[in-house]
Order: sequence, then C-alpha cells, then structure tokens
Amino acid sequence: MSVRINDFVIRFANVNGTGSASANNMFAKSIFRMGVPVSPKNIFPSNIQGLPTWYEVRVSEKGYMGRREGIDLMVAVNPQSFTKDVASIKPGGYLLYDSTKPLYDDRRQDITYIGVPMTALCLANYEVPRLQQLFKNIVYVGALSKLLDIEVKVFEDIFAEQFAGKEKLIAPNLQAIELGRKYIEDHYDFPLNIRVSRRDLVRDSILVDGNTACGLGAVYGGATVAAWYPITPSTSLMDAFDKYASKLRIDAEGKKNYAIVQMEDELASMGVVLGASWNGARSFTATSGPGISLMSEFIGLSYFAEVPGVVVDVQRGGPSTGMPTRTQQSDILLAAYASHGDTKHILLFPSTPKECFDMMADSFDLAERLQTMIFMMTDLDLGMNDHMSPPFDWNDSREYDRGKVLNVRQLEEVKSWGRYRDPDGDGIPYRTLPGTHPTKGAYFTRGTSRDEDAKYTEESAPYVRNMQRLQVKWETAKTMVPKPEIVRNEAGVSEAIIYFGTTAWAAQESLDILEDQGINLNAMRVKAFPFGNEVVEFLANHDTVYVIEQNRDAQFKTLLVNELGEDPAKFISVLNYDGFPITADFVSQTIQARKLATVGNI
Amino acid sequence: MTYIKPAFRHPDAQKNSIGFYRKDYEGALSTLCAGCGHDSISSAIIQACFELAIEPHKIAKLSGIGCSSKTPAYYLGQSHGFNTVHGRMPSVATGAYLANRDLKYIGVSGDGDSASIGMGQFVHAIRRNLNVVYIIMNNGCYGLTKGQDSATADAGSMSRKGAPNPFEAIDMPSLALELGATFVGRSFSGDKAQLIPMIKAALSHPGFALLDVISPCVTFNNNKGSTKSYDYTREHIEATGTIDFVPIEQEITVDYKEGSSKEIALHDGSIIELSKLANGFDPTDKLSSILKMHEARTKGQILTGLMYIDPDTKGLHDLLQTSDTPLNTMGADVLNPGQAALAKINSEFR
Ligand SMILES: Cc1ncc(C[n+]2csc(CCOP(=O)(O)OP(=O)(O)O)c2C)c(N)n1
Ligand code: SF4
Ligand SMILES: [Mg+2]
Repeated sequence: MSVRINDFVIRFANVNGTGSASANNMFAKSIFRMGVPVSPKNIFPSNIQGLPTWYEVRVSEKGYMGRREGIDLMVAVNPQSFTKDVASIKPGGYLLYDSTKPLYDDRRQDITYIGVPMTALCLANYEVPRLQQLFKNIVYVGALSKLLDIEVKVFEDIFAEQFAGKEKLIAPNLQAIELGRKYIEDHYDFPLNIRVSRRDLVRDSILVDGNTACGLGAVYGGATVAAWYPITPSTSLMDAFDKYASKLRIDAEGKKNYAIVQMEDELASMGVVLGASWNGARSFTATSGPGISLMSEFIGLSYFAEVPGVVVDVQRGGPSTGMPTRTQQSDILLAAYASHGDTKHILLFPSTPKECFDMMADSFDLAERLQTMIFMMTDLDLGMNDHMSPPFDWNDSREYDRGKVLNVRQLEEVKSWGRYRDPDGDGIPYRTLPGTHPTKGAYFTRGTSRDEDAKYTEESAPYVRNMQRLQVKWETAKTMVPKPEIVRNEAGVSEAIIYFGTTAWAAQESLDILEDQGINLNAMRVKAFPFGNEVVEFLANHDTVYVIEQNRDAQFKTLLVNELGEDPAKFISVLNYDGFPITADFVSQTIQARKLATVGNI
Repeated sequence: MTYIKPAFRHPDAQKNSIGFYRKDYEGALSTLCAGCGHDSISSAIIQACFELAIEPHKIAKLSGIGCSSKTPAYYLGQSHGFNTVHGRMPSVATGAYLANRDLKYIGVSGDGDSASIGMGQFVHAIRRNLNVVYIIMNNGCYGLTKGQDSATADAGSMSRKGAPNPFEAIDMPSLALELGATFVGRSFSGDKAQLIPMIKAALSHPGFALLDVISPCVTFNNNKGSTKSYDYTREHIEATGTIDFVPIEQEITVDYKEGSSKEIALHDGSIIELSKLANGFDPTDKLSSILKMHEARTKGQILTGLMYIDPDTKGLHDLLQTSDTPLNTMGADVLNPGQAALAKINSEFR
C-alpha cells in the first residue's frame, strides 16, 4: 500500500463504561492539534455499561467531514466484538490489539497485526487497579501516536491544560503515552503507510458537538426558562445550557438569571415553554422524536393561539423507540405538520455547530417575531459527535428582537387594539404580556376559535378570517427564515442535488467524487422550512433534482412536492436510513447507478 | 348564567384600598348553565381579589379544558388569562410563574381535568410547590362532555344517567397532603362565607395552595343519589372550623388563643384566623390533618375548611434559587455573556 498522508479512518472497539471515551477523544484532538481536519463519531449502545461501543475517526486533508466506510486501522480492545472487528478491517489495513494474551483466532493474511501488551505494561507500571485499567487506553493512544507520527508535544500540551490545578496527574499520563510509544519503537516499523503530517488546515476552527453549541446558543439568545425530560440524544443539550448558564448567568447575590426544570414528561416540558413564553420569557425545550409526538397537542396550541416557543428535536432512529442511539432525519414531516387540524411549523436545519449556535440564538427572535413554535431540527450525528466548525461569535451590540409586543406606553397611546387583528397586513398581530398595564391589554388566550379581539366565537366568518390571516403570516415567515445556501449554480447544468442538516458533509464530498467521474451537478443546501423564493427558483432552474436525506420515506421530498406543487417526477431520492451517518460513497454511487439506469432505458 | 348586567355603578359601590371597584374584578357574562356551582366560585374569586385589593393586572389566570376551565373568562377581565389544553394547566402555570415571579397565579381546573387526564401534572406541580392557587371546581362529573362520571365521583354515587359509579373516588385533598402540598383546603360553592376567606388565604400562601371546591353540576349531577348534589353536600358538610382572613401589613406572631381558635401568620404579614376548630384539630400539624380527613371520610362527612397549611414553606423560585428579579424583565445586557466570554469558550474547543 502506498503512503497515505492525512487520509484514513481509524476505529476503536471498546467496552462501554471503561474510560475509553476520554482517551479516544484525546486521540482525535491530537490530530486536530496537528492542524489536520478530523471527524470523530461515537457509535454507542443504548446501555450504560458492558456492551460494545465504537469510536470512529476520519482524518481528511481535504476536509471531508462526512463518515466514510472502510476501516484502515482498528484498535480492537473489546474481546466481545473482536472477531467481527478484525473482519471489518479493509484489506491492507492494520489491527492494533492487546497482546498480553495470545490470539487464538486464525490470522487474516491481508492485514497487519500490531500487538502491544497493554494490560501487561500497565500492570508492571501502575499499582492501583483502577489506574491499570484506565491507562490501558492511554497506552494505545501512545502506541498510535508513534505509528501515525503524531507529535508527543501535542499530548504534553493537552495534559497540561486538562490537569491544570491537578499537576500530579500529568506525569503518569505522559508515562502511559511513552509506554505505548516505546513499545512500538522497540518492536515495529513506524510510521505506518497511513500517517499524520502537520498542516495548517484547521486555523481558528473549533471541535465541538452540536448539543453544546445549541445549549450555548440558548444562553446567548436570552433563554431564561428551560424545561425538559431526559431522552437520548438530546440530554447533553440541556446539560450544556445548565453548564454555561450556571457560570455566566449568576446575579450579584449568587442567584440564577435562568430556570431549568426537569419536568415529568415532554407534554409538561412543552407546557412550561408555552406558559413562560406567553408571560414574556424566552423559553425552550430539547427532545427527540418520541417527545415531539407527545408534545403535539401543545404545539397546535402554540400555532393557533400564537404563543412563541423553541424546541430542539435532536432526531434519532425511529419509528417508536426505534434506534435510540443511532442517527436519522426522520421527524421532518412530524415536525412540519405536528398536531391536529391545519397546522404547520417553522423548521430550521443547522449543519454545523456554528450554525447550531447561531440558529439557536436566532430562533428566539424568530419565535417572538412570528409568535409561533420554532423547531431546531438537528440529529444525533450533529448533536452528540464533535464536528470541526468555525468558531462561535457574537456581536455585542446586538439586541434581542422581541417582535410585536405592546409596552405600557404603547398601550396608553394606542387607540384600539385587538390581539388577533392584523394592522400591518403581514399576518402578525400585536401581543401584550400579563402584568403590563392596569386596565389595558388583557385578553384570554385560548385554543378555541375567537374573533380578532380574542373573544370566543363559534361564528364561521371570524374563524375563517383567522385561519386566513395565519396563512398570511406563513407567507411572511418565508421571508424571515434563513435562506438556502446555493452551493453550486453553474449555468447550463440541468441537474442538481439538494440536501439539509447533517447530510451536507456527505453531499458536498459526493459532488467532488461525481465531478471526477464527469458528472457535474449543481447543489443547494436548504436551511429552513417554509421554503422561500430562493428554493423555488433553484428548483425551477433544474430538470432533475436529487434529494438526499436520511429517512426511508423521502420526507423532505414529500414536503417539497406538497408545499411547492412541484412535479414529483422531477425528484430522485437518495435515502440512507440505516442509523449511521450517510456517506459520500453512498450518495455518489446511488446517483451514478441511477444515471446508468436512465441511460439504459433510452 | 346569562342575564343582562346593569351597566351603571351602584352609588354605594365601594372602592377597595387601591381605588378599584368590585366591577373592575369582574369578567364577561357567564355562559354556564343557570345554577352551576362554578359561577358561584367565580364570584367568590372576584370578591376575594377585590377585598385583597390586588391590582387586577398583577394576577394571571390559567385553566385547562371543561366548563370549569371556561370560568376565567367570567372573572378578572383586566387580568391576562390562558385557557390551555385539557389537563395541562399546571405545566403552563409553571412556565408562567417561572417567567414572572411577581404576579399572583390562579389556576382553575375541573375534577376531570385534574383527577384524570391531568393527574400527572397535578401531582408534579405539588411536588415542586408551584406558587399557584389551584382551584378544582369539583362536580364529580365531566360537565362539558355531558355528564360522565369523573374520578372524584364517589363509589355508588349516581349521576342523572342513573347507574351507580362502581369505582372508588380519588380524594384530591388527601392525595395532595400525602404528596407534600403546603396548603390544602376544601370548600363548597354554596358557602361563600367560607370560600372567600379560603381563596384570600390561598392567594397569600407562598407555595402550592389547593382548594377543592364542591361545585354541583345542575345539569348532569344534581339529582337524587348523587353525592355531589347541592342537597347531599349541604346535608353532609362538616367544617374543620370557621375561617377568617385578615390582611395586615405588619408582622404578627402566632398567638394561640384558648380552646378552639388559632391564628396563623403568613409571610406577607396577613393572618388566618381559625375558630370553632374541631376537637383537637391543628391544621399546621400534618398528622392531625391526615387523621381528621380519614375520620371524616369514615363518618361519611364532607370535610371542608382549611385542612393543612405550612406557612413557612418555600415556593418554586426559591427552591430553584432563581433571581429575585422576574426573568421576563431581563434584557440582552443581563442575559448575554458577550463576545469576550465566547472567545474564551471557543479556546476550550481547540
Ligand atoms: C385531549 C382531550 N380529550 C378530551 C377532551 C374533551 N373534554 C373536554 S372537557 C372534558 C371533561 C371536563 O371535565 P371537568 O374537568 O370535570 O370539567 P367540568 O366540565 O365538569 O367543569 C373532556 C373529556 C378534550 N378537550 N381534550
Ligand atoms: S354542564 Fe354542569 S358543569 Fe357545565 S355549566 Fe352546566 S351545570 Fe355547570
Ligand atoms: Mg367536572
């Protein structure tokens, strides 16, 4: 095999709950610190301890951050899955394993075995049993650093930062790195044909997961009331909000300028969001598909009574309990039309942690401007895996846009007001908040039909007028939501791909692969629903559009056809829904196969 | 009840201490059935808020779904209200209270709304000691869906349909007490003398205050054989004592009078005066409350009055240690940590 620099996939096979996660994270970070783009992914079971778990790191000089099939190097330290793990290595690849005990399996002839007696080394060098176990993980990271040519200085820096204030931990950790390096030095040729070489490709990027970014975005966006019910893969989002708020949102008396309540279920969480938003606080909840199903009744109330709110749906594999620790984009239709009656909702589709942060902060403005529920549609892949991302930034002069809320003075001045009137013609009425004015602006918020002045009515005419105004508001929303990113729009190219959310990485890489094969496609990344003019125009300019998504039923395509009245024949779906993040190879091969089939038909 | 209200103000109409008339606490005309117990409760709420001299806009009213949950339209017309969804008022009230700790919250629900579909939220609001006056307009049936038995209907009780209810009733005050509610009372829509001071006391309580108010449904459950009818309630009512509420400004210490009276000082300076207390009953002693409630039940009595109070309780904001300033008044200057903090956070991800 020829030398491949900064271009390989390494997988770690561990046992859940053995402390491998932090060692594996450190490995990914060490490559990042070498200036080389990395994309790590956790593949974990819905279990706390004892089951197999994998961690996969793609290293890509070209900055391809999607998942790639094919394992070049396997670190197999889980006896339970060992045989399968070995079998999954690409021919020509490498296996790093704990050689303390001899291997009994028949050896594969097409891969290189690299045995390091991790257990024995730790037993010989550490006394405390717990450390003997923990440092095994660091020993393999040390061995890898020698094999892949990662600078030891990088680990010195990482430990120095990680153990600031607990300096006595630095030496034994570095010793474990050295044990691994030394063993390789003494027993094997190094570096391997796959290796890392220092670059300056990551610049000011950060390596962070989307849930952290959303949690932080909620802090910056001014959220003060958060309600939630634990569910994978959204839990760490509320943890992040809590973590940053507890540091950055404490008043002079040590009290909190925010409230987080773990509710009894998702219905209650959404109830809190509506109550708090109705009362003028910025409020959100985070959940996954099963939570959205439960919240549906309240989501309809938000739509009809026009109460703002923000919900993050960190999507996982459905239906039902589905694959709770795998990724999908399969709540699109659920979210878009959640609740009974004629309802539709605003969806945002972030692709990177930076977008998670920005859109999360913006979603509170959007919710208050449009007085409705905003869905942040992320997924397990974006939410729980670290992604390389532009750094977060914030304009300190930015004010929150609270939308059309009448204050005391305005209530004094305004001649007449009705909660559901449309004086501006944009479908967005004026709200008032409880406690504002002693005699003006009070009204009864309700999910039943009412007239423009919020008075209960069962008359058809005001009901229909209200439903039509909501439709006008929907049209206004199209001009307020984020515009799509037109990734490639060459004149004369009649075919295009469109995608959203975490499909972006695989889609972008597939464009390059297809181009190499002489297939030239335009591309658009959609960032929001409802679809604005830019989406409509892009579709109009192309004859064939491949819609790439991570669900079985082509939900996004359905939304395009349904909302834009497009001819379904124009769309070709590229659908991955096996629970793993979609790959560029899958996208390009599906498109290629499709093109061959079409040619064959002529 | 639908009738034409006189538009003029009676010359004798009194202002309360902050200059509002009783009328300022009224709402739209009721559309409930004539004689419905719920209307009497609405009127007691109006009277209590008027007498307490709370600015109407400093109260927020919330409800679920049902005839009972429609009532917020019929009182406190100058207060914001939120008619939520069936059984979920407690969570909406939780959010509202978290957003603004400076308002008073009156949550109104029905026995269907609270004891069935909303039981989960009811229970958890108590657990969090949510600062709300939680009124259950209890008629033992689902009024709005035409009279089905509710979970508070007594076993053997008969609604207008005539079949005895085969299931045991859930007693909301007992349940609330068991869950750690810090204010538990029951009253009767037909007993204003008791209900009004109870509502006033509840409004001054710094935590969850349950008022289970028997409120007969004249249309579906006021017949012979029903244990939630006017007649049955009047015949079986047994008060823990009489209650009076004295709102005063200065600090008062508890002063145990001789015999069967008791004064309970609340944190805002007001006092609850209890007299003619049932023998040996002390509403600040939980064990005594539990005994009293069980005793009444075994005797087939409908126990009303203040059943339990912990005046020194801590409400939800205090439990969460949130700021004394209402969260909904904070702007970007307070909430937003700024670019410098963000730059530091970025560096942790490199
Ligand atoms: C999710 C849902 N299920 C059912 C209903 C229908 N429903 C409306 S009111 C009600 C029962 C109300 O009973 P209660 O709370 O005791 O109020 P009452 O009318 O007796 O005052 C029901 C079942 C509903 N509105 N929403
Ligand atoms: S049906 Fe019963 S509960 Fe409903 S308004 Fe009539 S009397 Fe009251
Ligand atoms: Mg009822």
